[in-house]
Amino acid sequence: MRPIAVLLAKHAARILAITLTGGFLALALTRLAPGVDERELDARLSDESRAAIRQSHEAERNIFHFYWAWLRGFAHGDLGVSEALNRPVTELLSERLPVTGRLLGWGLLIGWALGLGLAVPLAFLRGRVFDLGASALAALFLCLPAAVLGLLFVLLRAPAALALGLLVFPKIFRYARTLLQQSATLPHVLTARAKGLGNVRVLLWHYLPPAAGQWLALLAVSIPLALSAAVPIEVVCDLPGIGQLAWKAALARDLYLLVCLTGIVTLTTVLAKSASDVLGESLRPTA
Amino acid sequence: MRWLRYIAIGILAAVFLASLFAGTLAPAPYAKQFRDEPEAAPSRQHWLGTDDLGRDRFSRVLYGTRISLLLAPAAALLAAALAGLLGGVAGYLGGWTERALMAAADLVLSLPWLFLLLAVRALLPLNVEPLQSVTITFLILGCLGWAAGARVVCAGAGALRNSDFALQARALGCSESRLLLRHLAPNLRPLLLAQFWISVPVFILAEANLGILGLGVSEPLPSWGSLLRELEGLTAISGKPWMFVPLLLLIASVTAFQVLLVDQEMPS
Repeated sequence: MRPIAVLLAKHAARILAITLTGGFLALALTRLAPGVDERELDARLSDESRAAIRQSHEAERNIFHFYWAWLRGFAHGDLGVSEALNRPVTELLSERLPVTGRLLGWGLLIGWALGLGLAVPLAFLRGRVFDLGASALAALFLCLPAAVLGLLFVLLRAPAALALGLLVFPKIFRYARTLLQQSATLPHVLTARAKGLGNVRVLLWHYLPPAAGQWLALLAVSIPLALSAAVPIEVVCDLPGIGQLAWKAALARDLYLLVCLTGIVTLTTVLAKSASDVLGESLRPTA
Repeated sequence: MRWLRYIAIGILAAVFLASLFAGTLAPAPYAKQFRDEPEAAPSRQHWLGTDDLGRDRFSRVLYGTRISLLLAPAAALLAAALAGLLGGVAGYLGGWTERALMAAADLVLSLPWLFLLLAVRALLPLNVEPLQSVTITFLILGCLGWAAGARVVCAGAGALRNSDFALQARALGCSESRLLLRHLAPNLRPLLLAQFWISVPVFILAEANLGILGLGVSEPLPSWGSLLRELEGLTAISGKPWMFVPLLLLIASVTAFQVLLVDQEMPS
């Protein structure tokens, strides 16, 4: 049996390496980004005020010192202050993370329910019309920009989570259908069917367990997918989540806040992927 | 389903030709303002009405289609070229080069796509000339879209590196550069072509999302993204149906690309 502890250590090292490298690159890029602090463009400011603003950036010029200070702050739960909103980043995150969390939770639930709700009957019914209808529905939502779907849902006064669910659903449907189609041709499934086992039992006992790792991987993939779609949905539906915060930070060029948000989102997706890998490995049948 | 493929090709050809001949088909330049007719309803003079600045919407749709339909394939070409170069080198050389390049690909793939686009777009100046904004959008999409393709190409190049014909070529004294360019690169072409076609609809949608969020192609240049931004001003879906024409064009084009992709995947 492959020791899970080794796998966990490997994934922990990978997460640490990606987070540290990504964080350093992102902070380095914010320092190297072209343009001046937009506060300097305010015509009402005196030369002394402009010099003070420039002076405030002097301490950040050494990227290594700046990164080390950032890491120390991060370890103590201090993520600094947003320049555009003039508020501590941790405060902004604690307000907005629950909103995004709820949106993602419901969106993923709806997306998975719709995806599986169409893919599972297809695996057993195999009706051409049903297949075409489900595929066309998935294709339609795959071709819609997330922001447009969000706008349409605002006009229809429908919940934003449903829009997110509809954006996640096509990917879930497509992968789930492929996985189920692959499972249907496995010898033990054919034997189970030949012995007259019911559809539900075949699905739960013979389709799903051998492909548990792939299902978990699909779950992990759906998280960054939903996070990505959450940005425009939160913006157009005026939901105060971290997607909307990232957009505001981008428009105000609050690069520091944007780096913090990107880091958190990256950490979430890497953690989800590693958790699915470790779980998948532990569920894999041993020879 | 050959008929579906023909419909998809027909749609793409029609949209592409209409955008190509925008200069001839458009009744007015995309930035010309008809100041007496802001937000006009469709008429014989303005087939799709005018926007809030009095610009002819039909002309803007034609020119916007041209920009979006040229920008996405150009960005996809750049992404495929980068994927071919980095993935090919990683797969062919193997060892530490492969590990370092694939770690970089992992890093890019770990980030949700739109978050990454927002972050990188914000790193660059926002108040730029319209043409510069097109270039920036194209470069961002192209430079960030290489990672998934590079992984595929790396796997392909790795398999080819130890293939029988490569070993035979080496045994016959073929130089490494010749082997790479004359023997391996042609075998990687189908992979790169597939990556290119997969990227085009993804980049069209990404440009539309960036445009609606105000971080894409800047005014007065039109693109599908900036045209769709107009929908924010609607109060009801049935209010001004002609404003949905850019959306219908986008859906039709992306669907056509998807149909062609699925058709390529499925054996006839």
